[in-house]
Formats: sequence, structure tokens, C-alpha cells
Amino acid sequence: MSYNVNEKGYYGEFGGAFIPEMLYPNVEELRQNYLKITAEPEFQEEFDALLKEYVGRPTPLYFAKRLSEEYNTKIYLKREDLCHTGAHKVNNTIGQILLAKRLGKKRIIAETGAGQHGVATATVCALMGLECIVYMGEVDIKRQAPNVARMKMLGAEVRPAKSGSKTLKDATNEAIRDWINNPVDTYYIIGSVVGPHPYPDMVARFQSVISKEIKEQLLEKEGKENPDYVIACVGGGSNAAGTYYHFLDEKEVNIIAVEAAGLGVDSGESAATSALGKIGVIHGSKTLLMQTNDGQITEPYSISAGLDYPGVGPMHANLYTTGRAQFISITDEQAMDWGIKLSKMEGLIPAIESAHAFAVLDEMKFKKDDIVVINLSGRGDKDLNTYIDYFKL
Amino acid sequence: MNRINKKLQENNKILSIYFSAGYPSLNDTVQIIQDLEKNGVDMIEIGLPFSDPLADGPTIQESSTQALHNGMTTQVLFDQLEKIRETVSIPLIIMGYFNPMLQYGIENFCKKCAAIGIDGLIIPDLPVDVYADSYKDIFEKYGLKNIFLITPQTSVERIHFIDSVSDAFIYMVSSASVTGSQSGFGATQETYFERIADMNLKNPQVIGFGINNAETFNQATQFAKGAIIGSAFIQDLTQNGTQNIATFVKSIR
Repeated sequence: MSYNVNEKGYYGEFGGAFIPEMLYPNVEELRQNYLKITAEPEFQEEFDALLKEYVGRPTPLYFAKRLSEEYNTKIYLKREDLCHTGAHKVNNTIGQILLAKRLGKKRIIAETGAGQHGVATATVCALMGLECIVYMGEVDIKRQAPNVARMKMLGAEVRPAKSGSKTLKDATNEAIRDWINNPVDTYYIIGSVVGPHPYPDMVARFQSVISKEIKEQLLEKEGKENPDYVIACVGGGSNAAGTYYHFLDEKEVNIIAVEAAGLGVDSGESAATSALGKIGVIHGSKTLLMQTNDGQITEPYSISAGLDYPGVGPMHANLYTTGRAQFISITDEQAMDWGIKLSKMEGLIPAIESAHAFAVLDEMKFKKDDIVVINLSGRGDKDLNTYIDYFKL
Repeated sequence: MNRINKKLQENNKILSIYFSAGYPSLNDTVQIIQDLEKNGVDMIEIGLPFSDPLADGPTIQESSTQALHNGMTTQVLFDQLEKIRETVSIPLIIMGYFNPMLQYGIENFCKKCAAIGIDGLIIPDLPVDVYADSYKDIFEKYGLKNIFLITPQTSVERIHFIDSVSDAFIYMVSSASVTGSQSGFGATQETYFERIADMNLKNPQVIGFGINNAETFNQATQFAKGAIIGSAFIQDLTQNGTQNIATFVKSIR
């Protein structure tokens, strides 16, 4: 059994394309072309060159000496925080913008929660000279003013999503509605491994450069390609998908997924989808989903805007239900404390999303010679206001 | 014979009305259905509200949100409709998104619809291929017609596939848009309506999206068997309440 997507777009029972007929031609065009186009040598060449020269890849695999000493194991950090724009998100937007150009699209739309994917999309649109419209919940626009300003500087139009809870889920709804209204010239760059097939697979492939590099770097540093553990935080799950991708079918590699417990899994203020979700359909994908008994989608909560999505990518839903990955949920408090701890111990200020992944070190016991790779998916500059408010800095 | 098929055989220029169940007030559902029938409406789509209606514009989104806020759920709707067939004889269709039905259990949902006397379902985010593979047998077991959408972008091949899986009517979306987002049909729409009419499909077509007055209703029914009005009716409910239904229906035909 493979943990990768099958030819019908499913990971086990999860995935598929549950979309209104109005979206069918757009999604079908993508499905028929994404593997063909991304396999072309010229595409590969352009993608690799941009990742190298523009994003700054390969990102280092850094041996965290002080952390390793404290936890008495070998801890490596994959430094996605060093990517241009401050997080792994740009790996995917580079890939999708090249695809959009080859499909002849003139207008790019995207959704964003905290603004990281919005900034990464606005960045590649500026790079390619394409029109860019980013949908963002009205509430998030107020919370994430610096990223709104960055998108504007990069030439994007930021449109407020005013429906529902006015956050990421609603921004995604608005982007999908825009795509329904503009089916011919518009390309929708989804920011995570969510949405209808082929998006989860396509985004995972663009992010898979993370685990490809981990393999090469471990071979050099440790003389073997496979670590004992790979650890990543999961909201929708794009950095995690990239971190796990080349290890999915390598049984000796333990996969750890870290979700946001918010104020506690049972507090009613949480985003721990695996613990709280049931199978359902959100944004065109069958997956685990936080919802009422009546099937209405509920609002998640986490202090990190990048993890408060009520669903999870179908790849991760399958990793959870098959037991291939171990899911651990980490509270706001644990994550925030790790924001400080990682800063003081390693001189790395993490994004609050990424800080969740580190808290696993307190929850699990590792052996002395275990190789543990944690994806430091983003840097904490964007979260400075949250850190200041939380710790009264 | 299913009430939808019968109605489509008897009438031309079918007027079908969509509204969100539980809007404006939770218990308006039955009264609205009865008043629509009394005033000559031929068929009704009862909207089962959903928190995240992807294919709908602001009018239907807001009415769905309000209906949920009022306390509407799948079970409440079924309870409200329990005795609907004692007073209403026109075809009734439930239109809603897939997730609430999935949570109720597809077989349970169909069984309940059949017991009440619902004739068909419209589920915009249940694609025809998934339906044909996984759910068609269940729908047929309970005598429910599933109705699919086509748009100006739908390929000829896919239209034929949808026609082959359908057994009531094809819901023709007038243009590439979410609900309630345009007014008036131009040459582009008429060409599309004509193109579909000329395909001589086995299922009749009913046009929806963008029909909001007598003019657009008449235009649509020149080419198709009927037309569906949703957002315009909900706007009227919002502005004038449930007592204006007779006036609204008369303004259409």
C-alpha cells in the first residue's frame, strides 16, 4: 500500500474533487495537465533555477547542538525559515505560477489566512508580471496588517472576505466564487495541500523539495538518507506534506504530525482536526473536518493564524486514520514557550506555527542515537506583535 | 410517475422557485411552500442551509446563515415537512450541499425524503461521476431524481454523460457565475441556450441563475422547459416579508 495519491485523486478514502459543475472545466484542465507540464524538462529547469537563485534553496539542514544536548538525541532543523518571504509557502507559489503561465492564464487569485501564502503569491506575481488578487478574511486583515502592507507593496489587490467568520475558510470560499465567476482567464493558486484533486497532490509535489533535500543532506552528514523521525506542524498541511513526501513509504521513518490544540483539545477553542474532526467535505475535498453533528463547518481556534483551518489535507487524514503518522496536539501556551526557548537556545525566532512542532520534544522520548528532523517552516518576524502582546515584551 | 416528470410533461414555461428553509423565520418553511403553490408556482426547491455555500452569491449565503442562526438543521427541516403532502401536491426538491447530507447518512437522508414525499435532490458539490459510482442505486431505490447542473463551459461529451445519468431535468446555469450575480441575458446566453436546445437531449432543461423578473423568465422559457428563480425571491422575502408572495409571483407571469 502506498500513502501517496492514487490515479483517481484519493488517499485511501480521502480526497477526490467534490466541486460544483461550474468549477469542473477549470479543475479538469489542471488535472489533465499538471503532471505533463511539470514533467517537461524546461519546466523543471526553470523551477529549479528559481528555487536556487530566487528562493535561496537548498535550505540548510542545521544540527541543533544545544537542543540535542538537552534532549539527549540528534536534532536537525530543516531551515525553511530562510526561504525568501520567510517560509516554505513560496516553494509552492513558484511551481504554480509557472504552471499558470504555461496554461496561458492572465489573472491570479489566492486565499490567505495569516498572509504568508498571500505574500508568497503576490511575490511570484510581481516576478512574472501577472495581475494578483488575494482574498483575506476581514478579521485577518485587521490582525495581520504588516502582511497586508507587504502584499500591497508587491502590487496585489487584497479583497476582504466578509462572509461567515471572516477568516481563512471564508477567504477560500470567496476565492472559489471568484474562480466560478472567471473560469477562463483566471488561475487559482491554493496555498496548502487542500482543495479538490489535483491540488493536494500538486502542492505536495512542489513542497516535496523539502524532503528531497533532507535525504541528500542526511546522506552527507550521517551517511544515510532516512532519519528516525520527521516532525512538522499541520494546519492544512503543506509544510508537513513536503517534509514527509519522500518518506511516506519508507517504513522505518516515523512520521509525527503536530496540530494546534489552541486552549486545549476539549476547550472548545482548538484546531486539532484529527482529534475533533469527522469525515466530511470541505473546499472540494473529502477529509477530516471540524463540524457540528448537522454537518455545518465550525470555526477552529489557534493563536497561530496559519494553523486554524477546520479541515486538514486528505493526505494527512489518511496518515492519521491508517496510523502511518502519529498525531500530537500542542497548546498555545506550549507553542509560545517554545518560541522563546528556541530563540534563546539556538538564536532562531520561529513562526508560532513552527514552534508547535518543537513542543513534541517535551511529549516524546527519543533515543540517544535517533536522528530527529524538525521542519522549521517559517520565521517569527510576522508574529512579533503576537509575541509582544503575549509576553508583554 | 414521479411528480417532476409528470409536471414536465404537462406544462411548458415551468416556474420554479428556490428559497432557504428556515428563512426569514425558522417556521416560515411550510407557509412559504403552501403560498407558492397557491399562487401558481409549478415546482419548489427547498434550500437546506449550509455554512459554506461555495456556489452561492451573497443573497443566498446571507439567507442560509440567517436560517442556521434561526435554528434550522436537517432534522428540523424533515420535521417541518413531515405532513407537507397533506396540503401540497406540486413537485418538491431539496437543494443543498453534500456535507450535511453525508452527516445525516446518505441512505437515511434518501429514506426520509421518500417518506415525506420529496421528489428529487439538487446537490451542487456532488459531481456526476461520484454520484454514478457510489450513490445512484440508493437514490433510485427511494425513487428520488438527482438533478445535475451544466454551464456554458460544460463540454458536449460531458453534457451527454449528464443526460444519460439524469431522469428528470437538466439544470442549465445561465452563465459562468455564482447565484444572484447578474441581470439580463445577452446574445452570449441566447446562443448557449439555443446550442443546448439543439442537442435534443432526452431530459428537458430548466434554466437557473440570473432570472429575476418577467423579462428574463420569458427569455429563458423560450429556449427551455422552465426557469428557476432564487436570489430575487429571497430578496423579496427580505424586503417585503412572506405576505408579498402573491405579488411577487404575479410580477413574473
